[in-house]
Amino acid sequence: MIPLTKEFKKDLPRHLRNETVRKNISKALDLSIKKRNEAVAEVADWEELREKANRIKRQIIDNLYDNLNAFEKNARKNGVEVFRAANASEANSIAEEIATRHAANLIVKSKSMVSEEIGFNDYMIAKGFEVVETDLGEFIIQLANETPSHLIGPAIHKSIPEIAQLFAEKLGIPYSEDPKILTETARKILRQKFLKADMGVTGANFGIVENGGIAIVENEGNGRMCFTLPKVHLALIGMERLIPAVDDLAIFLTLLCRSATGQRLSSYVAMLTGPRLTEFFDGPKKSYYILIDNKRSSFLKDDNLKQALYCIRCSACYNVCPVYQNIGGHAYGWVYQGPIGAAITPQFLGLENARDLPFASSLCGACSDVCPVKIPLHHLLWYQRSRIVKELKPPKFEKIILNEFNKVAQSADRFQKMGKIARVIQKIIPDKLYARGWTASRKLPGIAESSFHDWWSERLVKKNHHD
Amino acid sequence: MDVFLFIPCFVDQLFPQVGIATVKILQELNCRVIYPEQQTCCGQPAFNTGYQKEAAQLASRFIEIFKDAEYVVAPSGSCAAMIKNFYGELNLPGSSGKDWQNLRNKIYELSDFLTSVLHVEKWDGHFPARVTYHDSCHTLRELHVKDQPRLLLQSIAGVELIEMENAETCCGFGGTFSVKFPLISTAMVQNKVNWIQQSGAEIVVSTDSSCLMNIDGYLQKQKIPLPDRRHTRSMHLAEILWQSKENLRKKSV
Repeated sequence: MIPLTKEFKKDLPRHLRNETVRKNISKALDLSIKKRNEAVAEVADWEELREKANRIKRQIIDNLYDNLNAFEKNARKNGVEVFRAANASEANSIAEEIATRHAANLIVKSKSMVSEEIGFNDYMIAKGFEVVETDLGEFIIQLANETPSHLIGPAIHKSIPEIAQLFAEKLGIPYSEDPKILTETARKILRQKFLKADMGVTGANFGIVENGGIAIVENEGNGRMCFTLPKVHLALIGMERLIPAVDDLAIFLTLLCRSATGQRLSSYVAMLTGPRLTEFFDGPKKSYYILIDNKRSSFLKDDNLKQALYCIRCSACYNVCPVYQNIGGHAYGWVYQGPIGAAITPQFLGLENARDLPFASSLCGACSDVCPVKIPLHHLLWYQRSRIVKELKPPKFEKIILNEFNKVAQSADRFQKMGKIARVIQKIIPDKLYARGWTASRKLPGIAESSFHDWWSERLVKKNHHD
Repeated sequence: MDVFLFIPCFVDQLFPQVGIATVKILQELNCRVIYPEQQTCCGQPAFNTGYQKEAAQLASRFIEIFKDAEYVVAPSGSCAAMIKNFYGELNLPGSSGKDWQNLRNKIYELSDFLTSVLHVEKWDGHFPARVTYHDSCHTLRELHVKDQPRLLLQSIAGVELIEMENAETCCGFGGTFSVKFPLISTAMVQNKVNWIQQSGAEIVVSTDSSCLMNIDGYLQKQKIPLPDRRHTRSMHLAEILWQSKENLRKKSV
């Protein structure tokens, strides 16, 4: 199967033509950015917090295997059964084995990007399990048989009328655009699923090394239903998601919630430390973690790329990215989108399979400015470009042009001479020939009658003459 | 004061008037302008496209030419940022690397140089027009220059400076990006032009001719008039500063 990321360039016109999606997205993003900026402005030491978070994540990532061992050890002490998965298929088989062990026919699930990354739903459904997404956005996406187009708002590309239509068709309710009625409908259906579910699956926003617990940040309360009601809880955890201690949550929750949704704190923040103790009435009887590598180790070997593992999946870089704003998440062709996606997807899927993504950025740097953990995103995009040029064959024409230009630019004489030749050529050859895409929408300025360099030297001649 | 002038290669060939205005502004402020004639390109096109080795060659050449300068001034935030920041990614060899460490603190974008080094607070000129300022990404986010050009513009008699919505959002140029992805780039410049036009400004000013080439190219091709039937046009900051000075002279004659 050819990954969609490989078709990025070819698919672009389709995404750009979709005015509805573009409108839905930009409306939602404008609001997100506004709320984010207001929430950030309230925190006087925001920049210091970013610095601190960056330092903490660096410490974690630089010693990731030790930290994982400590986390795992502490989790086991709490009674959690912990697995490690080297790749997606390992993670899925382990999950299948756990579900089979508990005869978990019905699985309720809260939002988890790593589950999207490993293709958890498709795998489990193919094996005969029923998997129900319980986050409202994910519920909509699952109903529509689509994939998420945003980290926090997976259905951000959908308008209310589209959702109303979908609910009417798939759930058999009378058409209504009232968000209250739509939510109520989803809630009724999901409540039954929660009560009947045999296993709950969640992600983890943070794994806490010092106590082996995990923190889950959410707004709908569906997450806590997933890990309190069913007898079995399974957390799928990207192995980079660790922080050292509970105290560090003070920093990371401030950064995450304000960056993601502009909230001071999300509606629900839960800390879980394993199965219920005998003296308690609720909570899962059995807890599992699967710590997922799936190429993350390969990031660790590269000093530039390993900074991408600091990411806390807040989506602020998506929201401010003028490319994402125009093409939407689906255009990127995979689970991680926007600037962070364009930087890391080539590592996950192979440079060759995502070679266009790092180039699909004006390198404006808005992403790096908002990143709460200070990942130098636009530098990483550049770095990926340089790897692609070095490791893959760049387009022949591009290579020739750049090499020739470099030769010319080695000497001012040659450079000025080339300018003179180009001045003549531009009068003969229409610009459509050499800048087709560019000039479809824009007029290209011509090369000036005389260059600045010419002006300067003539002026010098005159001046000397005068002297 | 001796000021070394760095005229980016495309300004040299496509927008010489921007370079000329820069010279005149600096001379007006009693600077001795030195233009090293060996200069060509700083290497940004190669860098931007991912050609690290090729960019490093031109970087070393640039550093060699400018290393003895006390001040280097460029009418471009983007090319100044290339030298100040992005040269750091190129793993420049020994002496080049050392000279760069020294040089990077001496390079200025024009408006920053005028306000921060020459302490210009008010620019004597006359230019009756509604003007909006577009933040070039590299000027804003790499050099952190935001207020300086606005301060200069505002001080020109007759200029009515209007803030457009999303002044800080990229215009969609991005060098090779606009060549490789003309469709995304066009969508971005379309938005930018909408914001410019909604502001009601007749003139959009920036510190980078590359952004203006993109914005103006779109304005000219689409020919969208303002409500008063006038057409928005673009000017580089150096051009409007110098033009306003000439206007003032003509007025007083």
